[in-house]
Amino acid sequence: MSTTTTAPTRSAPTPPRALNASRTTATAARVLRQLRHDPRTIALMLLVPCVMLVLLRYVFDGSPRVFDNIGASLLGIFPLITMFLVTSIATLRERTSGTLERLLAMPLGKGDLIAGYALAFGTIAIIQSCLATGLAVWFLGLDVIGSPWLLLLVALLDALLGTALGLFVSAFAASEFQAVQFMPAVIFPQLLLCGLFTARSNMHPVLEAISDVLPMSYAVDGMNEVLKHTDMTANFVRDVLIVAGCALLVLGLGAATLRRRTA
Amino acid sequence: MNKEGPDTPAEDGPLAVPAEDGPAAVRAQGLTVVRGPRTVLRGLDFTVPRGQITGLLGPSGCGKSTLMRSIVGTQAKVTGTLEVLGHPAGHPTLRTRIGYVTQAPSVYDDLTIRQNLDYFAAILTPELSTADRRREVDRVLTDVDLTTHTDSLAGNLSGGQRSRVSLAVALLGTPELLVLDEPTVGLDPVLRRDLWNLFHSLAATRGATLLVSSHVMDEAERCHRLLLMREGEILADGTPDALRSRTGTDTVEAAFLHLVDEATAAAREKETTR
Repeated sequence: MSTTTTAPTRSAPTPPRALNASRTTATAARVLRQLRHDPRTIALMLLVPCVMLVLLRYVFDGSPRVFDNIGASLLGIFPLITMFLVTSIATLRERTSGTLERLLAMPLGKGDLIAGYALAFGTIAIIQSCLATGLAVWFLGLDVIGSPWLLLLVALLDALLGTALGLFVSAFAASEFQAVQFMPAVIFPQLLLCGLFTARSNMHPVLEAISDVLPMSYAVDGMNEVLKHTDMTANFVRDVLIVAGCALLVLGLGAATLRRRTA
Repeated sequence: MNKEGPDTPAEDGPLAVPAEDGPAAVRAQGLTVVRGPRTVLRGLDFTVPRGQITGLLGPSGCGKSTLMRSIVGTQAKVTGTLEVLGHPAGHPTLRTRIGYVTQAPSVYDDLTIRQNLDYFAAILTPELSTADRRREVDRVLTDVDLTTHTDSLAGNLSGGQRSRVSLAVALLGTPELLVLDEPTVGLDPVLRRDLWNLFHSLAATRGATLLVSSHVMDEAERCHRLLLMREGEILADGTPDALRSRTGTDTVEAAFLHLVDEATAAAREKETTR
């Protein structure tokens, strides 16, 4: 038996805190490592938005103004949808495979786990958004008056919101079938009401009121502010703050669904 | 893993039970667990002595896993007293002192063996340097005899290999209490013997307390003490020898069946006298 090695004992643990930087980064690195063993998923996450933008550009070949509007909105919507799907499935797997139970029986804070996921998928979202924004602005002629960096900022916050929503709904899905069905349930209504198809002010007043409380509306508004204004407008700041606030709120709700003790 | 250690018991001779040092590792009084409409554990009273291997035996569905989850602190709706290493079960300081292996191997299928262990080691002991962590991972991989395929994805391993990865995770950081839920299911006889030798070595040289569940009765003979369970109750508690002599049987399996028959007869009598 190789039991004579001097092993570090478990008796001097790092005191539990809300967030532990090394546990959080270890978790983020682990999530990214899992993805690296799945190159097809990475390719789909990164390339599908680009292909959709190219498609859209030539669908609206005759009306470039329409492409500007919808293209900019989609730059905000893609990261949200992708991260929602990936996170909801990834955390559902974590719940069903028993690894979540194991982690929560270890000295891992719930905040570490959630921040780890947010960090990992945030990184993917940055790459995805850089590719999509760069393609749209430099190759497809998307006419942005403001700074492309601001587009990137909104896209990143949208990705965070998607991660948060995915994490939250995974608590209510018992299987991957159910998790996937949450996408039309949670994302499609927001997609219809966010102002992508028609300006929100043209909607039925009831729908407009509903769209006022849905976070994706502000994601799209923020993108359109950058599209039309050279400077950061007050509306842009408001939109960004609302999206960030929603993301943090839902991340908090997601943390509440992680229980150390389960039935 | 060496095949025979000095501390390994003879295959069929009685075990030398290590002396109990200090208070019990686990102490339960009136431990009751409700899952949905069902009462899974009904007012259990028992202790698990330190530094020994306690076998938790009983048929599938008798509440073994629920009992283990309660001790680890992942089971909801636990009432009664349950003290683990001097703290109430589920206390945050226990999270670094208990190693837990769930029945289904809980590892990441899309990570390699080494990546799995690296991650769990980073969670358990973030203060270790990369080199120390690597040594620690090597140590537990040697313990479970998984030194050759460390760069294979866990998802591509055989069932027995995956459960050993899961066991290796529990051995990280030298826990004082190991709670192992059916760790030898699906393993071949050689590997099972090797693992039992490892368990004995952990108890003998590291002074670890082990609580090992099984529904295979021949493994019972390898434990220092046994808790026999049936339908959420503890049927018997004692050394394998004591159980055999009390029931006048030759094997723990026969002792268990004898006790089950006795309990069933007693229940039936109660029914008829009512």
